[in-house]
Amino acid sequence: MADTYLQVIFWAFFALMAIAGIRVVTTRNVIHAALYLVATLLGAASMYVLLYAEFVAWVQVLVYVGAVVVLMLFGLMLTRAPIGSANFDNNQRLVGAVCAGLLFAVTSFIMVGAFEGQEIDFTGTEGTKVQSIGEAIFSIYVLPFEIVSVLLLAALVGAVVISRRDEGRVDS
Amino acid sequence: MPVAYFLVLSALLFSIGVYGVLARQHAVLVLLSVELMLNAANINLVAFSAMLGEAGVPGQVFALFVIAVAAAEVGVGLAIVILIYRNRRSVDIDEMSLMKW
Amino acid sequence: MGAIADFLGGPDVVIAIVKVVVAFAALLVATLLTIWFERKVIADMQARIGPNRWGPFGVLQTVADGIKLFFKEDVRPRYADRWTYGLAPVMAAVPSFLAFAVIPFGDHVTVGGERVDFIVSDLNIGVLFFLAAGSIGVYGVVLAGWASGSKYPLLGGIRSSAQLISYEIALGLSLVPIVLVTNSLSTVDIVAAQAGSVGNVDLFDGTFLQGVSELFEVIPNWYIWSQWPAFLLFMIAGIAETNRAPFDLPEAETELIAGFHTEYSGIRFALFFLGEYIHVVVISAMAVTLFFGGWNGPIVDEFLPWIWPVGWFLVKTIAFVYLFIWLRATLPRLRYDRLMWLGWKRLIPASLLWIMVTAVVNVNPEGVDEQTLRSIRLAVFGALFLLVLFVVAKGDPRLKQVVTPERPRSRRAQKQGVKSGSS
Repeated sequence: MADTYLQVIFWAFFALMAIAGIRVVTTRNVIHAALYLVATLLGAASMYVLLYAEFVAWVQVLVYVGAVVVLMLFGLMLTRAPIGSANFDNNQRLVGAVCAGLLFAVTSFIMVGAFEGQEIDFTGTEGTKVQSIGEAIFSIYVLPFEIVSVLLLAALVGAVVISRRDEGRVDS
Repeated sequence: MPVAYFLVLSALLFSIGVYGVLARQHAVLVLLSVELMLNAANINLVAFSAMLGEAGVPGQVFALFVIAVAAAEVGVGLAIVILIYRNRRSVDIDEMSLMKW
Repeated sequence: MGAIADFLGGPDVVIAIVKVVVAFAALLVATLLTIWFERKVIADMQARIGPNRWGPFGVLQTVADGIKLFFKEDVRPRYADRWTYGLAPVMAAVPSFLAFAVIPFGDHVTVGGERVDFIVSDLNIGVLFFLAAGSIGVYGVVLAGWASGSKYPLLGGIRSSAQLISYEIALGLSLVPIVLVTNSLSTVDIVAAQAGSVGNVDLFDGTFLQGVSELFEVIPNWYIWSQWPAFLLFMIAGIAETNRAPFDLPEAETELIAGFHTEYSGIRFALFFLGEYIHVVVISAMAVTLFFGGWNGPIVDEFLPWIWPVGWFLVKTIAFVYLFIWLRATLPRLRYDRLMWLGWKRLIPASLLWIMVTAVVNVNPEGVDEQTLRSIRLAVFGALFLLVLFVVAKGDPRLKQVVTPERPRSRRAQKQGVKSGSS
């Protein structure tokens, strides 16, 4: 009975994510595409909550939905590049669809075959504690953590250097 | 609940992302498709993490790393798109086949 | 079976629904009263009377305004993006409601053997949830600006998305020290850690100044004493997040004719203001929760013991709402470059510094005796504090100059400028 609830929730969000995901790559308006991506990301966050990964879920909302996609919208508005009604697809649509379809068929066939009968056991779990994630990051995975932080810094500096105009030189 | 459900969802999102990267011309739309693919990977990581229970914490740790890397990727990617737009008045990536112009 | 499934099947779901409905209704009433309160207070500060027709002291004025807005014609500009234009006001209002879910507004009460906590949902990552809900709120402003299909809203939208993203970082960083000190992301734990008084500080024990020591028994153990820099950062960033004066650039009437909501009318316009005022209430409530002991108060009487904490919480929150209104009546709007300068060059470095100070002060290595540790802490604390004061007081000399707008140079002059600059 309890599992039925979970199943219903899962398939509802599955449908939402599938529709929104397809709309991301088919819609003719860039802003709408970004908004459909937001729907997909929120769906993914709900999946994480369903899987008791609350911390990851809210980091996803905070970073992805709250910063990454907003940054995209911001960039779109700044560039004044064509936003709507133009044709954004190239002539590889058929090839792309065939590739994606084959990829989906093969991966899901292999995955379902390989993990048949493997169940996610929700009995008695209270969800992953933030403490255990923190301990893992700052003990075993401290090197990747540091590398990621350096990467973020490099990206920050790189983005500033790439996107700024050379106005400083004019004044001097 | 079978773990395969989540894997199928992940495979679906990844395939949609692949289609988007192949068939889209607008640079920002390609970036959006790449985000879809990264999210598919994250769903896999978290699903396996839940399957393994207490031993699955690294899965969530790496999901967090993927989110951080995605943020860095978008920052730099968007800066490049803005620069290209400024130089060429276009964000059509199919036209950007030359190193020089 | 998991906790989610148990929850959906159990009696808790009724309690949860009741909590959600009560909190929602309370927030709506709070909005009505806040708007009335703001108009009355500002009127008082400007030696006017303010709303005084509808109800006692004009309390029902906001209800009348709401009814008026509800029945107004809903105008949609021709070049607006239909779908997004309708979505934006909802996206502006909903996240503010969401953020209230993790704020404990009272202790608990036992109803029919079930313990009911005065919080909609005690997430163990409550602080993160608060930040995430706030970050979704940006969408309302950005989408409204873009979807209106008009240039002033677009400018307002771009401005405010830059502002909100910038100040979100400072807001998030200002909460980290609190989490460090409490060892928990749960707002309930944070409030619990602030219960009681500062306690017996044996500074003057046995001397004639014993009375001073006893004074510490009365002072409540709130984080504001040890974490006041974090509080200042939180309040500045919080006011910027609510888009209110002196950070109300997104809707600057004189420059952008109301910015992102220029084209909105009727009930959609009302939704934007609903979102803004609930955001004010939520930021006030969060400041109370994090720095002023939440619902902890000096007196809890035997008579209706559950209502006292709620009362204390309300009193403190109203004080902060008053602060918001006071600031709006007092301060002029910041210039945009100063806003960015303050956010990126002052608030973010200051909050990073304060995180380090808090971490150093709270670390407890082995093998070092207490006296040395205390003096090291004091030295580090003092040095960094002086540094912060120095940096803040110095300011940016470029901003003190009067900026005279230059005539835009011709392209040729710019090229020559580049040549002479590089040679």
